[in-house]
Amino acid sequence: MYSQGLIGADSSTTESEEFLATFQARIDREEKIEPNDPMPEGYRRTLVRQIGQHAHSEIVGMLPEGNWITRAPSLRRKIALLAKVQDEGGHGLYLYSAAETLGVSREQMTEELLSGKAKYSSIFNYPTPTWADIGAIGWLVDGAAIMNQIPLCRCSFGPYARAMIRVCKEESFHQRQGYEIMMTLARGSEEQKQMAQDALDRWWWPSLMMFGPSDTDSTNSDQSMKWKIKRFSNDELRQKFITATVPQAEYLGLTVPDPDLKWNEETKLYDHGEIDWAEFKAVVSGNGQMNRDRIRDRNKAWDDGAWVREAALAHAKKRADNQHIAREAAE
Amino acid sequence: MTDKHDLTPLWEVFIRPRNGLHHRHVGSLHAADSALALQAARDVYTRRGEGNSIWVVRSSDIAASDPSFAEPNFEPADDKIYRHPTFYDIPDEVGHM
Repeated sequence: MYSQGLIGADSSTTESEEFLATFQARIDREEKIEPNDPMPEGYRRTLVRQIGQHAHSEIVGMLPEGNWITRAPSLRRKIALLAKVQDEGGHGLYLYSAAETLGVSREQMTEELLSGKAKYSSIFNYPTPTWADIGAIGWLVDGAAIMNQIPLCRCSFGPYARAMIRVCKEESFHQRQGYEIMMTLARGSEEQKQMAQDALDRWWWPSLMMFGPSDTDSTNSDQSMKWKIKRFSNDELRQKFITATVPQAEYLGLTVPDPDLKWNEETKLYDHGEIDWAEFKAVVSGNGQMNRDRIRDRNKAWDDGAWVREAALAHAKKRADNQHIAREAAE
Repeated sequence: MTDKHDLTPLWEVFIRPRNGLHHRHVGSLHAADSALALQAARDVYTRRGEGNSIWVVRSSDIAASDPSFAEPNFEPADDKIYRHPTFYDIPDEVGHM
């Protein structure tokens, strides 16, 4: 989903040819770039944008699923969903820390999310009206995320790559718990099976959009590939995802809602029908079904937590002052 | 914009996976004080049995070497091959040494 973070990224840079060539040579030798190393401004800016949007996606991603925690159909499902949502929060925190190593503050990133200036993955602007949506999110959305995130474990920027390794270790549980929910529904009553099919129908295309614009329209891909921020193109990853997912849908006895889906014997990949890029653009620019709700909910959570942050800081300051006074008295 | 003094400080987190191993840097987080930092580190970095002991250190208390001095700092070690056992010729008859 996180190549969406590159939409509108400005990778222009003003360093000398020599500086850029030295940097590129390090990248080509597969050396990891660490926070205090010299780097082109465009590299830093691109990463701040991508890692920041990735972090925001994890945080906002807690909302559609959080919607179902209190209504999960059993205790088993509820503890699994709670653990998954907690993981997403953790992933957001790993990623914010990675972005902070590039000199952007947590407060600045939070403000950009809350004001609507920063983007997050388009997928989280779709609603979750039924329990089957929780299954579809785990299976498809986390499945697409894994496809995107595994190559990011080899990203040239050390802190991002390390954060992604932690994230990837944890994501596999997410996808499996989602698929298990879909399996239970698909093997249930006719009504339950219908619910699973309906969720697949609604989540399929938005999941494909997570990979970002088609390669022909993805203006920042070349530079990001050269700097090894990303390793595969949007379309390559999208096709890999489809090819991995179609047999899983067949196993469930569900139908992928794409009449043009076709096995390509030559590439050994599925070719897919036309993606509705107008819908994608509308969601990315703020006009999805849930964009306003998500930002409103994040703002509410931030404002409601203000007294806790203030109290914790006041308490820490008071204790530090008291220790200081006690030390002076003892001297 | 938030006043700099009101920012929640950054902490570096170190975890010992099990007894007998070093604590190892795993990441960072924001917390108002050490007690809250330890609690947050437990929630963020040990959800799946990653360790049995946590250290947290204020990031501002860490002094780091300057990467632009990496060469003068660390390269002299490269040509001191006499610091390695393979520099010394010992006949095979002597046996393992």
